[in-house]
Amino acid sequence: MQPSQDGHPTAGADPTDGTQPADGAQPTDTTQPTDTAQESATQSGLPGAVEFDSYYGRPVLKAPVWKQPDVPLYLFAGGFAGASAVLAEGAGFTGRPALQRWARSAAAGGAMVGTTALIHDLGRPERFLNMLRIFRPTSPLSVGSWILAPFGGLSTLAAASSLTGIAPLLGRAAGLGAAALGTPMATYTAALLSNTAVPAWHEAYRELPFWFAGSSAAAAGGLSIAAVPIAQSGPARRLAVAGAVLDIAAEQLAERRLGMLAEPYHEGRPGKLLKVARGLTAGGAAAAVVGRRNRAVSILGGVVLAAGSVLTRFGVFQAGLASAKDPKYTVVPQRERADARAHTATYSAKV
Amino acid sequence: MSDVHTDPLGSLLRDSARVDQPRVGFFTDTSICIGCKACEVACKAWNEVPDHGYELTGMSYDNTTELGANDWRHVAFVEQSVPAESVTELGLPGFGPPDPQGGDEADTGVRWLRSSDVCKHCTHAACLDVCPTGSLFRTEFGTVVVQPDICNGCGYCVPACPYGVLDQRKEDGRVFKCTMCYDRLSVNQQPACAQACPTDSIQFGELDELRERADRRVAELHDQGVDVARLYGQDPDDGVGGDGAFFLLLDKPEVYGFPPDPVVTTRDLPSMWRHVGMAAASLLAAGAAAFVGGHR
Repeated sequence: MQPSQDGHPTAGADPTDGTQPADGAQPTDTTQPTDTAQESATQSGLPGAVEFDSYYGRPVLKAPVWKQPDVPLYLFAGGFAGASAVLAEGAGFTGRPALQRWARSAAAGGAMVGTTALIHDLGRPERFLNMLRIFRPTSPLSVGSWILAPFGGLSTLAAASSLTGIAPLLGRAAGLGAAALGTPMATYTAALLSNTAVPAWHEAYRELPFWFAGSSAAAAGGLSIAAVPIAQSGPARRLAVAGAVLDIAAEQLAERRLGMLAEPYHEGRPGKLLKVARGLTAGGAAAAVVGRRNRAVSILGGVVLAAGSVLTRFGVFQAGLASAKDPKYTVVPQRERADARAHTATYSAKV
Repeated sequence: MSDVHTDPLGSLLRDSARVDQPRVGFFTDTSICIGCKACEVACKAWNEVPDHGYELTGMSYDNTTELGANDWRHVAFVEQSVPAESVTELGLPGFGPPDPQGGDEADTGVRWLRSSDVCKHCTHAACLDVCPTGSLFRTEFGTVVVQPDICNGCGYCVPACPYGVLDQRKEDGRVFKCTMCYDRLSVNQQPACAQACPTDSIQFGELDELRERADRRVAELHDQGVDVARLYGQDPDDGVGGDGAFFLLLDKPEVYGFPPDPVVTTRDLPSMWRHVGMAAASLLAAGAAAFVGGHR
């Protein structure tokens, strides 16, 4: 607040009482403020510094109340489980029992961990069944619940059949069902994040599904080459490397297209997380290639790939939080949009 | 009201809106808001909304700071430095400490803006679109309400709202927001905040009528030379299909903490699903290809 120094009041200013020398009879507003520290946030001296108005620098949006590690862990576990389910049935059809057994167990385990994390994140966990009260295609969380519930059941059946040897045909049917649900399982979480007002998530909606698909494939392939003998893990190795390439390519594409909204992905803590994740993903993929004749290197590469996938999910999650908490990312793009529209309207009116 | 029925996502809302009940809303004319916060008090009293502690922000007379689970009305106080000659001298004492340096009197003017913020009850409500339990619903009045007996605290509506209105009540786990006093509407009473507002800054009524009234008010202010007066959220063609609660502002929306050009997130959802589908197909193709090539 600017103190009044002359002892005269300055409060309750009526904008209509501004005096304008050029137009005394018809006073126009002269109180358009010069930007003060409270109302405008400026990052001077930085490249790409922007100036914009805000309410005391406070965020416009509410940052997600989703908890950590619950939700990023779910993003990882769900993606890992979904891609593992695909690997498992491919292994079944091509005579790789060890890969099948592991990947089915991984799918079931991932679904279980993911479901637990999601329920734990709820404000009222005892009401988790309300998720299946309706089906709403405009809510990726509703769609996801209807993917996760059958995926969890089918992948558990398939894993149980594999581990016990009971009812192999039923196990295969369940496994195929899980594999069919596996790829949407690994990618719908991108829509879950993008379908919000959170700027860094929303605007990345084109690349995020591919980013997550790649990350899921890298994690599922990675832990498979770590867990399964080299003789049977060839497809897992190829999937892991393809996933790592897709992961990094989608991220680069997103960062290039997002402009200012790419900042949260390479600045601060989320930026560091994603940088490390990229290193782990690239390094893990290289180790996976090198390790195709060496089990120890395979184990190392696989674990590193999975760690990269975990950090990717935490990085993307935290980048979204950062973009919601800084009003710059909400106000600046919207102000540009509104000004451009107003300009067009003025131009059209003149023409 | 036709506005209720123009959802871009088809007829999802249609079954919940009655044709004989006009859509109602708020027109908040901030040019006559005196910042008394009677709306905040009335809202808390009527709806039994918990307090959020006695916290002073020190940034202004605004200690509520934002809408949330426990604040369904929020009066914003904006203090702006303006040239001293642009403000009226009433001969009253100043409201700040004297400047020990004697100071330059030329630029000591202050303009105050006050605005009572509230849930916008959007035509295209993102919170309602993303709610996976059906807890959020469209009432017969065209308003958007959370059913506390259904909400499981998933929190999806919180980041979905382009205005940052909804929040989770931490100790409870569920999400709460303005209901436009659904209970009072049901018995032909106006919402508590509008009832309590001493200057009629908060006006409640049928939305069509409020929009006409707002247009007249802006024209009146422009005639008086208040060129900065503008409406916010009244346009049915904006990114949320128009707000059920809209405003007359005296500065850019972001100065009051409003988003300058809000868009309902689900507008892009069809494209999002297409990209998810393509990515899922790519993953399946990669999985299949992994088994085709190679010798191991």
